[in-house]
Amino acid sequence: MNEFWYLSSVIALLAGVTFLTRALPFMVLGRVADHPLLEHLGRFLPPIVMVLLVIYSFKNDVAFSLDFLPELGCLLLVTALHLAFRQALISIVGGTAMYMLLVQMGVG
Amino acid sequence: MSLSPLNALVLRTSLPVMFGYLPLGAAFGVLFSELDYHWLYATAMGLFIYAGAGQFLAVGLLANQATLTEMAVATLLLNSRHIFYGLSLISRMPNRGWRRLYQIFGLTDETYSLITATPLPADIDRGQFQLRITAVNQLYWVIGCTLGAWLGSQLEFNTAGIAFVLPALFMVLTIEQYKHLRDIRPFIAALLIGFGTLLLISREQMLLIAILLSLSVLMMQYAARRTHKRPEA
Repeated sequence: MNEFWYLSSVIALLAGVTFLTRALPFMVLGRVADHPLLEHLGRFLPPIVMVLLVIYSFKNDVAFSLDFLPELGCLLLVTALHLAFRQALISIVGGTAMYMLLVQMGVG
Repeated sequence: MSLSPLNALVLRTSLPVMFGYLPLGAAFGVLFSELDYHWLYATAMGLFIYAGAGQFLAVGLLANQATLTEMAVATLLLNSRHIFYGLSLISRMPNRGWRRLYQIFGLTDETYSLITATPLPADIDRGQFQLRITAVNQLYWVIGCTLGAWLGSQLEFNTAGIAFVLPALFMVLTIEQYKHLRDIRPFIAALLIGFGTLLLISREQMLLIAILLSLSVLMMQYAARRTHKRPEA
């Protein structure tokens, strides 16, 4: 499969899935969304998925060793910035800039 | 140049989103350019997918050479937080036909909050206002994605470590989830399941397995609560 077709199918797939999640409430018009199981999942699944995505981002470096310290430190920086200012952009840029600095100095 | 009151209101209202979407879109674009694909694909993603976290996740998945199934499931679950969003908007969306479809497609967090939180003067058409807000917000995003990807492909700056924007974004979303939920249990459960899967079961298939495990835990917990409650009902 060449690059054009591969990326086109990835983009089409993700476009479809994203549109589906946005259209779902309009399609079911609240009939199914009232179901207590869906409410339960809708309440607890999103926070779980977010944490899993954070861990997934490091799936190749997670280890109980000092090598993981820069990642951990920068995640804490993101958390601190976000608790202090609650501006997504400041938290993301601040943490990433610090991480890039550490990596390029040879720490990460 | 004079703007109609409608367009002036649209531009003024969407200004904060512009300051958010241009840099965040550009960050996505620079990250995307690390994959060494043509920058036009970044534009296409902003145009057809139009999802902040979803597009960042897509870069991570592409870089990890995830399968199409993995990509679909991960995106579906990432967006699952949106499923309950539109409900409150159904009665407040006057547009029909393609305008309604486009508005549903473009219903990002930021567009949702502008549409629900802006009081409209009586002489402004609600449907037109909502449609144009959706369109300019997407325009900011597409410009950001394109600029970032193009710059990333032209300039030779040292981008080592830039992939950290991904976990940083997810960390921010995690904190927002906590502020919203005020319940620590799902976060602890996710840490246990996530690290458990990674260290004991599979590194490669971690996301899919961990999500399936979490789903089963939530469903068992739901079932247990139901049977527990039944005698009182």
